Amino acid sequence: MEVQLRDPKVVMKLSKLGSFHQSKLSFLRSFLNEFKDWEYKRDLFDLNENGYGKAVYSFKKQNRTYSLVCFANQISDTERSDRVIATKWDAAFTLHDGIPTKKDLDRLLENVPKQEVGRLSYKELTLSRANKSLRIFNHVVENLSLGKQPDINKVLEVGYLYRTTAVYGSGKFGLADRFRIKNRTEICGPFRLEMMLVYLVRQFTFDQVNHIAKQKNPRKAVELDREICRNLGIGNSTGLGMAPFIVNHPTLLNNWVLSRELSLKKIREIKIVNNNDAEIFKKYLKKSIKNISFWNTSSEYQKLKILDLKQDLKKLISYLDEDFDFKKNYPFNDLYIWCEKNLKDECIEYTVSMLMEPYDNITNPLINQMSSDEDKFFTIPTQKKIETLKGILEKNYSEIIKIDFSKKENNQNFWFISKNKEEPRLANRYIEKGSELEQPLAIARDINKLYKRILNLRNSLTIGNFLFENNDLRHVVRRAFISENFPYAEIQDNTIGSKLMPIDMLRLKLSFFGAVKFDPRSDKWLRICMFQGAPLPDELKSFDSGWIYNSIN
Amino acid sequence: MISLSEIDTTVKRATKAVGFPWGIAEEVGKSIRILEMFGLPGLKNLNEYFKVFNSKKFQNVTVISKSNISKISYCPIISGINFLDQVHTLEGFEKIEFENFAFPILFIPFLSRSSEIIGKKIFLKIDEKEFLLNFNQSMYSSNLNVNIIERANNIKINFLNNENSFSNQDWQELYKLSEKTFVEETEELKKKAAGAGLTDND
Repeated sequence: MEVQLRDPKVVMKLSKLGSFHQSKLSFLRSFLNEFKDWEYKRDLFDLNENGYGKAVYSFKKQNRTYSLVCFANQISDTERSDRVIATKWDAAFTLHDGIPTKKDLDRLLENVPKQEVGRLSYKELTLSRANKSLRIFNHVVENLSLGKQPDINKVLEVGYLYRTTAVYGSGKFGLADRFRIKNRTEICGPFRLEMMLVYLVRQFTFDQVNHIAKQKNPRKAVELDREICRNLGIGNSTGLGMAPFIVNHPTLLNNWVLSRELSLKKIREIKIVNNNDAEIFKKYLKKSIKNISFWNTSSEYQKLKILDLKQDLKKLISYLDEDFDFKKNYPFNDLYIWCEKNLKDECIEYTVSMLMEPYDNITNPLINQMSSDEDKFFTIPTQKKIETLKGILEKNYSEIIKIDFSKKENNQNFWFISKNKEEPRLANRYIEKGSELEQPLAIARDINKLYKRILNLRNSLTIGNFLFENNDLRHVVRRAFISENFPYAEIQDNTIGSKLMPIDMLRLKLSFFGAVKFDPRSDKWLRICMFQGAPLPDELKSFDSGWIYNSIN
Repeated sequence: MISLSEIDTTVKRATKAVGFPWGIAEEVGKSIRILEMFGLPGLKNLNEYFKVFNSKKFQNVTVISKSNISKISYCPIISGINFLDQVHTLEGFEKIEFENFAFPILFIPFLSRSSEIIGKKIFLKIDEKEFLLNFNQSMYSSNLNVNIIERANNIKINFLNNENSFSNQDWQELYKLSEKTFVEETEELKKKAAGAGLTDND
């Protein structure tokens, strides 16, 4: 039996993409699998009694070494801010390619704490900074120094000691360009070096609290319990900076979503599901409910989604326990169809993620297909004809070309780059100034305009000739031809409409990172947690691949 | 050092800022990235071009012909974009000439990409400076220390046919040498090889 891939016009709706969850394809999980047999080491730990100073951690295999260089700084409480406009942080980090020399460390000390206004070199791969969760950090240090473990409930309510406020890579601020390292097999999955940085930062946070506690009370202090460490991750505050990324990288977006869709299709096509696989699916599904129960947010939007998810999961589990027969042919296909009929998006997509759990043989080959050499698809095939372009627009953008952009609500917002921080922002074009400097992120509107412009043109006209007079729409002509070969390259929604929820765009990207506990703080930024439940670096040689469901929270 | 990714992004934004549409700005970002990667002064030339872009007039060629002559200098960006968009037609010309061309270094990456699209090497002569563009994989020139060229009197473009750079004799001699790695097959093995046992006329 052949199951069709899900329709991009359904999957690529923002409400659907904003319901995606972590899965076996997630980058932080695939990162741990890739680096499990690398040698982990803490090479330098030079902090003063208050925990300020520098540290270096590394992963090494044969001749390759990646080193995380950490700088912990003293800042006042008034200087601490998670917003991207902050200029000081509790700690700053960079992932260095190789073993840093003394000269490198001196250079990095001058630049890494400055973040965006510092300069990195081709020897650095990623850059980040993080702030303490003060109430948890101080609570942990205080208790450890008194010889006690911290209050587990209090600690897990937050879930991390530090949260990063940005993780940069791919050539930003002088970092190495992607092309310099793209042929390294260990980093063929997307964002692998960003994941490495965050993972090693997590270890630094544990070492730092242990160190401060010990300095405070050398005779009494104890180390943070390893089980508690495992159950702490790294938080992250993410704003709109992430949203344009998925619009600006259409082939990459396609490869992420296509891998997910191919996994689902292949799982639905399994005729006979063996007992063991059915049990793995059910086991992780049930275990994962714990993560949902401890998913705290003050966002009404997310609270409702969590409530729906909880109710639907109850429904799903009772269906599986009472009515479902895994012995029939194509059971996962039947289950998926039942989910579509009976559950809401949040739980349907949750189930899609959970279905992957027993099937390394399906997901592992797809993980290596989630990157993209985007330059390959940049050139517009100008020898093609208007007839082809018209066909692509009518097939791939059928909903988009129906939107009426003369209506104010469909044209309400514009994306721009803020002058003070060079970060993407969204504003109401009828209230704020600057819409004439709009970024090319209103894809639906411009595709709509393109369709209207070519509708009455000669079918035999070449794209090259069309572009003579229509280069103002060149950016969307390029996209349309990309979408011809990449069905999941395009968000099938209006990214400037009044109903836009930008956090859906963030959630999509973060779910592929492997983040959990999405906590929207407004419709434009959210907090998440990464690596909660993950093995510690010295446990990587052998760990349960379902670690994400093992946390005690 | 500024990374190529930073160059791409900043050039794209600067190109939009001087008045080009986003789609062209994207092409210029990629072009300057290519020039800088090949070691040519793309950013410098673009910067100088943009300084005069709004105060001077430049010729925006649309349909490129065999011989393109203009009293005002050709815009390297619009000419480059048009060349790229029309390259399937243009390769039929074999040779193309431009007279009076502004900042010709900026034209090179468009030709380099064109070379890749049509799968032919392109020979470019900017006045006396020669460049061989190899499928956008590399660039050969004895003039790699060029700096800013504000204007070229003459630009000649040749689409080179895919021909070997060696004679048949060179090939035969080398092939003969390579044969020394082959092993003579027995009659018995020949009978068992692919296709053996079937009639050749089935």
